[in-house]
Amino acid sequence: MKSAAFSYHAPKSVEAAVALLGELAPEGARILAGGQSLVPIMAFRLAQPAHLIDINRIAALTGISVSGTIMTIGAATRHAAFERPPVPGAFGALLADICHNIAHGPIRTRGTFGGSISHADPASEWCLLAATLGATMIARSPRGERRIPASAFFEGIMTTSLAADELLTAIELSVPPAGTHMGFYEYSRRHGDFAIGMTLATFRIEAGRIADPRIGLGGIEPVPRRCPEAEAALLGREATEAAFAAAAEAAREAVDPMEDGQIDAEYRRDVIAACIRRALLRCAA
Amino acid sequence: MNRPVSDDAPFVGRKLRRVEDRALLTGRGHFTADLPAALHVRFVRSPLASGRIAGIDSPEGCRIVTASDLADVAPIRPMLRKFGYIPIAQPVLARDVVRYTGEPVAAVLAETEEQAEDLAESVLLDIDPADPVVTAEAAMAPGAPLVHAEVAGNIVVSVATETPGFAAIRDSAHRIVRVPVRSHRQSALPIETRAAHAAFDAATGRVTLTCTTQMPHLTRTAIADLLGIPESDLRVIAPDIGGGFGQKMSLATEYVVMVWLARRYRTSLSWVEDRRDNLMASFHSRDIGIVIEGAFGADGRLLALGGDVTANCGAYAPFPNTAAVEPLMSFAELPGPYAIGAYRCAARGILTNTCSSAPYRGVARPAITFAIERLMDKAATELGIDPVEIRQRNLVADFPHVSPTGLVYDQATYRETLAAAVAAADLPGFRARQAQARREGRYLGVGISTFCERTGYGSPAFAARGMDVVPGWETVEITMDPSGTVEARIGTSPHGQGLRTTLAQIIADAIGTVPEKITVIHGDTDRTPYGWGSFASRSLVISGGAALLAARKLHDKLLRVAAELLEAAEADIEIANGAATVRGTDRSVAVKDLARAAWHQSHRFGTGFTPGLAEQGHYDPSGTFSNATHIAFVEVDTETGAVAMRRFIVAEDAGRLINPMIVDGQIAGGVAQGIGNALLEEIVYDETGNILSATLADFLPPTVHEIPRIEIIHRETISPETITGAKGLGEGGAIGAPAAVMNAVNDALAPFGVAIDEMPATPMRIRAALRAAKNTARHAAKVEVSA
Repeated sequence: MKSAAFSYHAPKSVEAAVALLGELAPEGARILAGGQSLVPIMAFRLAQPAHLIDINRIAALTGISVSGTIMTIGAATRHAAFERPPVPGAFGALLADICHNIAHGPIRTRGTFGGSISHADPASEWCLLAATLGATMIARSPRGERRIPASAFFEGIMTTSLAADELLTAIELSVPPAGTHMGFYEYSRRHGDFAIGMTLATFRIEAGRIADPRIGLGGIEPVPRRCPEAEAALLGREATEAAFAAAAEAAREAVDPMEDGQIDAEYRRDVIAACIRRALLRCAA
Repeated sequence: MNRPVSDDAPFVGRKLRRVEDRALLTGRGHFTADLPAALHVRFVRSPLASGRIAGIDSPEGCRIVTASDLADVAPIRPMLRKFGYIPIAQPVLARDVVRYTGEPVAAVLAETEEQAEDLAESVLLDIDPADPVVTAEAAMAPGAPLVHAEVAGNIVVSVATETPGFAAIRDSAHRIVRVPVRSHRQSALPIETRAAHAAFDAATGRVTLTCTTQMPHLTRTAIADLLGIPESDLRVIAPDIGGGFGQKMSLATEYVVMVWLARRYRTSLSWVEDRRDNLMASFHSRDIGIVIEGAFGADGRLLALGGDVTANCGAYAPFPNTAAVEPLMSFAELPGPYAIGAYRCAARGILTNTCSSAPYRGVARPAITFAIERLMDKAATELGIDPVEIRQRNLVADFPHVSPTGLVYDQATYRETLAAAVAAADLPGFRARQAQARREGRYLGVGISTFCERTGYGSPAFAARGMDVVPGWETVEITMDPSGTVEARIGTSPHGQGLRTTLAQIIADAIGTVPEKITVIHGDTDRTPYGWGSFASRSLVISGGAALLAARKLHDKLLRVAAELLEAAEADIEIANGAATVRGTDRSVAVKDLARAAWHQSHRFGTGFTPGLAEQGHYDPSGTFSNATHIAFVEVDTETGAVAMRRFIVAEDAGRLINPMIVDGQIAGGVAQGIGNALLEEIVYDETGNILSATLADFLPPTVHEIPRIEIIHRETISPETITGAKGLGEGGAIGAPAAVMNAVNDALAPFGVAIDEMPATPMRIRAALRAAKNTARHAAKVEVSA
């Protein structure tokens, strides 16, 4: 479990990083952010990049800012920046709640938001957040800047539409409007493990009825996504436990769960139903 | 003979801090992987579970060693001359065929670990695949491929017994209760993986093998035998060890190769196993299925016990314990702490194309305790008797007790520890909370496990197994140098048990000095007397006994010296706290002055006085059983199948507590492993024999989040079978906890009418059982409607 040899580069600006990536991508180059996923994958030799471009020295890639209804998160912002609510209100509290489900303290101090997004593990909490809220990923390459909506970004297990020479620089999230109910629930075998299933749920109440429901599912299928069937089961209904259970059951039938040697599809259906119900209960709490 | 350690024991029984910990906690320990080496070794391992090696291609100039280079190295072939055991041979590198995924096929050498791994990747193994047998069931099927041609039906060992009149007793019983239980495969998962450093000394031609092992002397014997060299050509050092738990009490084939390489290349080499290789190719254990059957009287008395044990032993027989250790221990100890009228048991060990099975803390007993404790709970339910009461009616109360397989249980407190744990548990209060929680849709459960643990057994007990290698006794050498400091050299090989502290406590009391003056030397074949190492909860009992005997001799010799110096009778002199004093007077002399005189003034003590202070003690006890009751409290999330540990109580009796803090640590660590055993840890193979759980993302030990605080109640029964009064308890936590947790899970799920008799009780298994119960209920409802 020692990585194959690689060349190491540590540019100090986004421009230099983009130029290096453009130059080295044909030989096999990877961006090193927090390294919490890439380094183990290299240790298993599942990835053997010829070049590592370390972006940890680029200050411009870190930070969280809000302008109007858009929150912009620098790609190299550490998970730990979300451990306490980064903005006041329910949305900040939600981000902190999600953050606490990401692995363990030491990993959160190194791992980055943009690293999680570009690594695109199906069990990534931030990928689920991006898919549910319809985030926009901003990528730079020598060919210029590209804005990629979440729906066109996640393509499969650890596969995104980022080109080999594109550097993810920031992620834009639409801050849910005031009054939005938000709830997150994740299930994993042990505290801090990869999610077997998780749900991010949001809705508003208009005239006593659920409006604009969003049910995002993570860890269940190769790509995080919203679940229209579950959302349809909520739209226009009162926010009752019966409605939440109906949404959970609708999703149970609608998903196409991943399976492996230890977890079968039926179990993942059970888990996602529980996650949806519990995330919705947290919305209502 | 059986006098107490000391009339006035100032150090035994105290919670002294461990002398081991300062270095370990400040990062100053000495571990095998710390040693620099000229060359690094990586083993190329079989990617297939079964096949014939057609070719091994390596790049030009690659330093690679394969079986053909090791033609002069004998295969590992431990012998057991009983129970129909068929000896099987394991070449230290696979020869002609591979028998499990991860079997070492070649070793490559490079100047760094990274380069060695690069090289290993570039070696191409051309293996013609053959059909593997992965499960015991598949291996026993008619016409199944044979793992070793000489083992018909893949049955490497088979044993059966039936006490006289069994059938009549069974058939006349009020009720027969049957439980099939399954313990899935596990890894002991020491934090430090296996590692070896072999250094050739050109001046002497010797090799020093520093390695992470629980048995340095036996490692030296085994490797010297396999290489055909005298033992004096090899020194084995076991430095600080990052956990063994049994995984390091079997000979690693890789260590043999390392010594061969050091002799061949006349240099120093290092091998540090990585986690994936450890999970794939170090030893596994606990892959056992048991069908247990109890014939009960209406009063809950267990009149006859039947067992049928099938253990998946993997591909090879580890040295020295052979492939038979799990089935044979299951067979011998299935009755556990219960007095049973009649006994019938059949047990078999099955070879498969999986990693070899070897001892892991508790060996077969976590599985057999699980079996008999599930039986007790199920019988309690079926007979309408309280689970505590049915145990009380069956626990052994008269000692010594002879088990149906001839084991002699010495003085213990089976009933008393059960009562003590139950009292601490407040079961009526819990039942009220449980009922309330159920009304709220929350499912709490409590589970009990009572067991006894056979510990500290000497050579007669091991001889009964019929192995060619018969461990048991221990020797301790104690020297007091002229400055009065004491060195104790031991043949056991502690690796986390705190023996340097506890032996110092025993020796200090016996000599009359203080623990700070005592250094315990272990883990070096050049420095210590031949001994068997640390395993089977033996070290404190047997090395402790040998240390006590040696220390008493030293004490008696100090008395003789003191009598001369103080001009008093030996009977009037007392040695304590580093001084010899004439009782009732202020006349005294420091122990260090006695030591100086014994070495430098030996002419003063007359003829027959052996100069100096060097004594030896041997101890070879018959064995002693410690015992405990565990009570686990859990909450099961029926939607996800997750189990949360809420509380854990242990009431134990391991005789005299030499150091209660260390005892508590041993119990807590064992319970943690038992919780992992019951809920989390599982080695999984697919049907082709490919391992699916070779990373710590897939093999899940419990973390601090999954382990509750463990409440411990002690009793101290002094048994005549152990001269220090101490019984072993190193394995008990791991033995008792799984059954308690599994019973608690089943108690929590009682309203659903499901039984979880497979461990680990993963969320997937629990949900599958709940789904099946729901479908059955639906089906029943439909049938009712249509009728």
